[in-house]
Amino acid sequence: MTALETVIGLEVHVELGTKTKIFCSCAVEFGAPPNSHVCPVCLGSPGALPVLNEQALALGIRAALALNCSVPAQSKFDRKNYFYPDSPKAYQISQYDEPIGQHGFIEIAVGGEKKRIGITRVHLEEDAGKLNHSPYGDVSFVDLNRVGIPLIEIVSEPDIRSAEEARLYLEEIRSIMQYCLVSECRMEEGSLRCDANISLRPVGQREFGTKTEIKNMNSFRNVQRGLEYEQERQTGILARGENIAQQTLRWDEATGTTLVMRSKEDAHDYRYFPDPDLPRIVLSAAYIDARRDEIPELPAQMRERFEREYGLPAYDAGVLTASRGLAEYFDQTAQRVRDPKSASNWIMGELLAYLKAAMLEIDEIHVTPFALADLIRLIEDGTISAKIAKTLLKDMLDSGKDAKTLIAEQGLIQISDEGELRAIALRVLAANPKTVDDYRAGKEKALGSLVGQMMKETRGKANPQIVNRVILELIAGGE
Amino acid sequence: MSLSRKDVLHVAALARLHVTDAEQEALAQELSRILAYAAQLNTLDLVASLAGVEVTSHMSVSSMVTRPDAPGESLPPEVVMANAPDAEEQQFRVPAVLEG
Repeated sequence: MTALETVIGLEVHVELGTKTKIFCSCAVEFGAPPNSHVCPVCLGSPGALPVLNEQALALGIRAALALNCSVPAQSKFDRKNYFYPDSPKAYQISQYDEPIGQHGFIEIAVGGEKKRIGITRVHLEEDAGKLNHSPYGDVSFVDLNRVGIPLIEIVSEPDIRSAEEARLYLEEIRSIMQYCLVSECRMEEGSLRCDANISLRPVGQREFGTKTEIKNMNSFRNVQRGLEYEQERQTGILARGENIAQQTLRWDEATGTTLVMRSKEDAHDYRYFPDPDLPRIVLSAAYIDARRDEIPELPAQMRERFEREYGLPAYDAGVLTASRGLAEYFDQTAQRVRDPKSASNWIMGELLAYLKAAMLEIDEIHVTPFALADLIRLIEDGTISAKIAKTLLKDMLDSGKDAKTLIAEQGLIQISDEGELRAIALRVLAANPKTVDDYRAGKEKALGSLVGQMMKETRGKANPQIVNRVILELIAGGE
Repeated sequence: MSLSRKDVLHVAALARLHVTDAEQEALAQELSRILAYAAQLNTLDLVASLAGVEVTSHMSVSSMVTRPDAPGESLPPEVVMANAPDAEEQQFRVPAVLEG
C-alpha cells in the first residue's frame, strides 16, 4: 500500500481577557452561579441592541497582529444561524467573509527544525451558553452566563502533518496569547479550546482525503492522543479498502476513542448574513499601529535571544520561555550574574521544582530575580558553597528574607581561610590514619571520604576547592 | 429567479417549519415574486447612477460604535428565568440534547 500522509488543520477558540462580555456590560466571571451574569442582550430579547466592547476589539486585533495576520481597515460582524438551546437568539454573532485578520503564520520547532504553520484567519465572535446534561439523560440544563463572552477563533491552514505538530502548534498559540496578555488560555476552564480536522492522503497527492472533525479535546495531551487515535483509525479503514465517512467526532477521554456526534447528512447550513445591529468595524492605521506596539517580545524571539545572548542550550531556552513570567524572571536574573547558564540551572532545577510542589506561579513567590541573582553571585565569588546555596534558597522561598540576611543569621559564610582549613585538616587526617593509608595505597575514593569529614567538621562551610588542595598537600608533605 | 418546491422544503427545514403540500406550492410562487421584485435592482446601471457610492453591507450606520469595558448591572436571575417554560435550580430545563 502507498504511504499515507496526515493532514491536520486546527480551529482554536481563545477567550479574550476582558472584564465584560463582547456586546453588553455583563461581567465575565468563571464559576459564577448559573444565569447570574445575563441581560436582555444575552437573552436576545426583542429590542436589545449589542454594542461592541472596545477592549475585546483591541485584544482581538493585537492577537491577529501577533499571529502575523494582515488586519484590514474594515471588517464586519455576521449572524451564524442555528437552532440549539445554548443560543437564545438562534444565531451567534461571528464574522464570516470579512474577519479582523487573515493570512498569518506562526513557527514551531519540530525535531530541531523550524516549521511555518499558516493561519488562514482570525475572527471575533461571541461564546454560546453552557449545557449541563442530566445524569439520567432525560433533560439538559442551560446556563447562559457564557453567552456573549468574547472569543477569537484562530483557523490554521492544513499545514500540520502529525499529532505532535498539532500539540506544538497549540502550545505556541497559547504562549503567544499569554505573552500578549490576550488570554490566560486555561484549557481546564475552557478559555482555550481546540477542534481539529484530520484526513489522510497518499504521499504526493495534491487533493485532500475525506476529513473528520474532532471536538472536545480539552487538554494538550488529549489533542495529541485524539489525533493519534483518529490517524490510526483512518489508516485502518483505508487499509481495508473502505472509505472514510465525513463525520464530526467527539473525543472520549475515558475510553481513549472518538465517538460519532453527527454525520455529513445533517451538515449545517448557517445562512450567514451581515448583522444589521452592529455597524462595520472601521480601523485607522494609527489604531492598528498602536495595537502592534502593544505586542511584547514573543516566545520564539525570546528563545532565540536566550540562545544567542546568554549561550543557553535550546532545551533551556524552551523551558524558560514556557511563560512570559518565567522568561522575564530568567532574563532579569541572568543579566545580573556572571554565568547565565547557572541562572538557568537554578531556575529550571530548584525554582521550578518548588513552584510545582507548592502549586504557585512564578510571580507569586517571595524571591525576586534580584534576590536570586544575589544568591548566585555569592556562589560565584566564593562566599558560600553551591550546597549551602540550595538550603538558603529554600529558606529564602519560605521566609522571604534575602541571602545575605540569612547568611548573617545562620553564620553560613564559606570558610576559605587556608590557615583555618589546614588546622582542621590536620585534625581530620590524625583521626583517620587508615583512610590516609588507603589513599596512599592508591584508593582514590579515600580522598572523598576525607573531604567529607572536613565538610562535617565545618558543617558544610568549607570551600571545597581549598579543602581538596590542602588535604593533598598535607598527605604529600607527610611522606 | 424562481424557487422550486425543493428550495421551499429546504428553507422550511432550516427554519424548523412544517409546510403542507399546498403551502409548498403557494410559498414557492410567493417567494419567487418577492425575489423577482428585489431583482429589479439588478437592472440599474450602478456605475452611472451611483457613481462615488461604495458598496456596503450596512445601510444607515456609517461610523463604528464601541463601549468601554466596564461592568454594569445584569438582570436579577429571577427576572432572567421569568419566561422559562421549565426551570430547575436557576437553569433553563430543556429536552435532552446529545450534541456538544
